[in-house]
Amino acid sequence: MPAAHQIDIHHVAKLARLTLTEDEALRYAAQLDGILTYIDTLTQHDLGAAEPTAHAMPVYDVLRADVSRPGFTQEQALSNAPKRSGDQIQIPKVIE
Amino acid sequence: MLASSTITTLRQQLVAGDITPRDIILDLAKAIESRNTSLGAYLSWDIEAALAEADKADTSGPLGGIPIAIKDNINVTGQPCTCGSRILSENYTAPYDAGAIQRLRAGGAVPFGRLNMDEFAMGSSTENSALGVTRNPRDLERVPGGSSGGSASAVAGDLAIAALGSDTGGSIRQPAALCGCVGIKPTYGRISRYGLVAFASSLDQIGPLTKTVADSALLLNHLCGHDPRDSTSLNVETPDFTASLGKDIKGLRIGLPKEYYINGIHPGVSASVQAAIRKLESLGAIIEEISLPHTELGVATYYVLAPAEASANLARFDGVRYGRSASAADLMEHYTRSRSEGFGPEVKRRILLGTYVLSSGYYDAYYIRAQKARTLIRDDFTEAFKKVDVILSPTSPMPAHKLGEMKDNPLAAYLEDVFTIPVNLAGLPGISVPCGTVEVEGKALPVGLQIVGKALDEATVLRVAHAFEQS
Repeated sequence: MPAAHQIDIHHVAKLARLTLTEDEALRYAAQLDGILTYIDTLTQHDLGAAEPTAHAMPVYDVLRADVSRPGFTQEQALSNAPKRSGDQIQIPKVIE
Repeated sequence: MLASSTITTLRQQLVAGDITPRDIILDLAKAIESRNTSLGAYLSWDIEAALAEADKADTSGPLGGIPIAIKDNINVTGQPCTCGSRILSENYTAPYDAGAIQRLRAGGAVPFGRLNMDEFAMGSSTENSALGVTRNPRDLERVPGGSSGGSASAVAGDLAIAALGSDTGGSIRQPAALCGCVGIKPTYGRISRYGLVAFASSLDQIGPLTKTVADSALLLNHLCGHDPRDSTSLNVETPDFTASLGKDIKGLRIGLPKEYYINGIHPGVSASVQAAIRKLESLGAIIEEISLPHTELGVATYYVLAPAEASANLARFDGVRYGRSASAADLMEHYTRSRSEGFGPEVKRRILLGTYVLSSGYYDAYYIRAQKARTLIRDDFTEAFKKVDVILSPTSPMPAHKLGEMKDNPLAAYLEDVFTIPVNLAGLPGISVPCGTVEVEGKALPVGLQIVGKALDEATVLRVAHAFEQS
């Protein structure tokens, strides 16, 4: 069956910060096509003037007082860092 | 055997001085060591740490000295929190307690053991865990359901007194149904999500899996409550949920959505649920047909919104601050290699799907449309609850399938969430209680009855579940 959705799977993977093997790319493109074909029930349905809902419960614009509160200690914050250098998290070079 | 007991029974024995919290941990440890190899419910457990906590437990608290097993996506200080994923399995130790865990501790409970799950809670069989196979205690060749499959397997298999799970599209209720225990997803916002590793933030909710409805009510009393660290946490009173138990259901109006009772439900599941409906009717409930006209949009809506939110939430796994970290020459390669090596196939599939539906040119066609459909689905329930007090359905249209049976057909697996998903989309409370079994290949497989209530009306949901359980 030809794909109904022309998904540029490598582009999507790049946006998602994933790399796919050619096998994975073929498999995911086919599976996503099947799932999107099913999801098209939404595009075929007349949704009228319904407002989009982001959350089921009406909770909006929750603010907290702008005062300091306890958080992680430096040691706690660094405790799971894969690579650290002194009291900092180390990452590969960013700027040439 | 203490491991097969309920919270309520153990509390009586503790108060009477017949047992100590240490006895419960030791008995559980013995059960886990002899049977977890076959069930695979737990990924890890630390007996020494639990004994140390049990010895200090304040047994005067309402949950005093009771061990609660925890799904492996809820942070407990000093313990692993793998989310069933290789990206967190080797090098993450939780530096803090989730809000729900703090509340359990305040009641005197002892968090003990980490339970297997579909990777990042994505799945309904626990087969998507990257860290091990979990089996259904009623038939070891079958899945326990998911994503809280470890929680349900442990509770139904008497390897836990009670457990915490999380439910985004049915992940507490469906495994509870398939394994034969009780599982409740409270109203969205009732229980703090602080410290629950986020999958789809607008749908995720923590809840208990227990052996009885009374135990679920008791745990909810302690789990619910406002937490300012979760901006979606509701600032509302928590009633005493145990007070609603034992009240009769005479005159209570029960709705059966005509869209739910359709072909595609296993005949044995259908028969069990019909028998449950007759039983509730005999207890004085009034049964009415109702309509939830946008039911057919539920699964499609969910599989746009949940992957979209997941693709954003899982962006945090970049190999920098925590989790699996690949060696790479530059930062971009560091991100992509860490993520590609760390995430399993279902998680990648959903991240790709979520990224696609949010990407430029598709956002309106998929994401906004799904949010509109969500409004219609929620409005369906609002209308229905003008006529009835609770809504009944099967929890899952099918009993547990065999391990590996659905492996190559993700869409077919998604469609089995048809009765649980709309409840998350609408943010409502829903419970699954055992309602009989169906005979498949010589094994009696459990069937779950789902009872859905109005927002914040867990009390009525529990009352109906309890009346049914006790009848």
